[in-house]
Amino acid sequence: MEGLIAIVVGVLFACGIFLMLQKSFLRLILGLCLMSHGANLLLFTMGGLVRGAIPVGTGGGVANCTDPLVQALILTAIVISFGVTALLLVVAYRTHQEHNTDDLDELKELKG
Amino acid sequence: VQAIFLPILIPLLTAIILVLLRGNIRLQRTLSALSTLATYGLSIFLLLVVRGDGIQVYQQGNWAPPFGICLVADLFSCIMVGIAMTIAVAALFYSFWSIDEERERFYFYPLFQLQLMGVNGCFLTGDIFNLFVFFEVMLIASYALIALGGERKQLEATVKYMSINLVSSTLMVSTVGLLYRFVGTLNMADIAQRISQCPDQGMITPLAIMFLIIFGTKAALFGLWFWMPGTYTVIPAGISAYFGSILTKVGVYGIFRVFTLIFNYDTDYTHMVILALAGLTMLGGVLGAAAQNNFRTILTYHISSQVGYMIMGLGIGLSTSTPAAVAGVAGGIFYIVHHILVKSSLFLSGGVAERLTERQDIREMGGLASHCPVAAILFLIAALSLAGFPPLSGFCAKLLLIKAGLEAGGYLNYIIVAICLIVSLLTLYSMSKIWGAAYWGEPVKIAQVSYRGMLPPITFLVIQCILMGVYPEYFVNLCFEASEQLMAPQIYINAVLGGG
Repeated sequence: MEGLIAIVVGVLFACGIFLMLQKSFLRLILGLCLMSHGANLLLFTMGGLVRGAIPVGTGGGVANCTDPLVQALILTAIVISFGVTALLLVVAYRTHQEHNTDDLDELKELKG
Repeated sequence: VQAIFLPILIPLLTAIILVLLRGNIRLQRTLSALSTLATYGLSIFLLLVVRGDGIQVYQQGNWAPPFGICLVADLFSCIMVGIAMTIAVAALFYSFWSIDEERERFYFYPLFQLQLMGVNGCFLTGDIFNLFVFFEVMLIASYALIALGGERKQLEATVKYMSINLVSSTLMVSTVGLLYRFVGTLNMADIAQRISQCPDQGMITPLAIMFLIIFGTKAALFGLWFWMPGTYTVIPAGISAYFGSILTKVGVYGIFRVFTLIFNYDTDYTHMVILALAGLTMLGGVLGAAAQNNFRTILTYHISSQVGYMIMGLGIGLSTSTPAAVAGVAGGIFYIVHHILVKSSLFLSGGVAERLTERQDIREMGGLASHCPVAAILFLIAALSLAGFPPLSGFCAKLLLIKAGLEAGGYLNYIIVAICLIVSLLTLYSMSKIWGAAYWGEPVKIAQVSYRGMLPPITFLVIQCILMGVYPEYFVNLCFEASEQLMAPQIYINAVLGGG
């Protein structure tokens, strides 16, 4: 199972980087999103993929539990990347308003 | 002491209050000045306490050591918080005079406070994931501060800056995840204790290099700096002084912390990489600066070049186990403090020059020395200090590094010392280029603006830089103590986890 997830993480990262290398601003943002999903999935896998009990309140002992820490970490990482992506979309929108282009190369020329 | 969390809490509370006071700019200014000064005083107090009583630890929510998130103040953290707050004070008071009202109304002061909170948090946290979180707090505030104003060139710079930092944040999450799988803990002291007993030792060097790349991106090391020059020239001078001197140093802090605490054994490979990067960064940065004509772009390339010196101190420290190791790291720390003071005062001087001439290109400036001699002298002192003239702080900083490099021996260290000397000379070249073009030469038309209020913050920084050069004993001793703590990680581990 972990091998499969590892491949999925790899594919997500690869797609993310491919999208980031495109000229379009929107694709850059989508690429960043895919990469952060890849990172979150990686974090999830690092806690060990086991079917286990809830760690709090069941009294089942440590051995049968899934690791709650990585899930807390992912939650934090998701919230952060959500906020940043929202901000990036606003910047993209503003840039489009100002320059009337979505092309990063053209934007570079406009800098002057 | 409990006061460790105050440098994080005060800016946060101030930011919240300031958001509520949106309409009242005068009150916003007073409040943010008061809170920044209070945090500044507190950081000095913290430094003195830690120097007297050793490393201070604050366990949040009273969780037992490896489980909760703890804040740790050792001497290095305290020096960093202290110097960051010094610059914050100067940058804030400078901004009162230089920033436009539009920005003030759109949450400039709250964002600045959030920025301080993130930076102080990075320096004080003892948990590697928490370090990531504070990095993000700092970065999100900086995204907003760069985009604030919404001028065309700013948007372009924001896009670049955000993308590169998002990539490195994603890498950081992944690396922290891998490290967690590897050692099963996130507390930095606990990681340091456990990492040598881990079954899979082959993973250590890749992880170390990944951390080097992540922090290197923020610190603008060789090959990872291309986002920086475009960014720091489009924001107001006051804030760019804070960005340029402090934000990159947070990356440097991360490199120092991780490599002295966690990846501090088996350093044959990593110290070579670090020294090579240091040399390339120094040379590349200074050559990049020589090719530029924009006042602040030149200064920005010099940030890179100077980061090379700091990393060089660490590289020397990792390359040997003799007393020269402590001397190398101490030189690195002294260099960080010196550089932060000098670089931010140069940025602020650049802001004055821009305001007077309404240009950024030094070829279109001229004769500023006759218009405002005080500003010119302040620039000159800082510029000479950057190049390493005695008796200013730069001379002492470079002397410490070169002495440590020669004592440590080995051909790599000799090469890096040679590069360091050549780069000093080239630094002098680009400083004299600015001086010759902007301060001497044919006077250009000067805008009728008031700039007097912008000079006291610069003077405040330049005086400290002279003090560091004329009475270096106090600072050198402080840096040696900090370095001894860093190079003996067991002290840090025992302070956090208890026992001994």
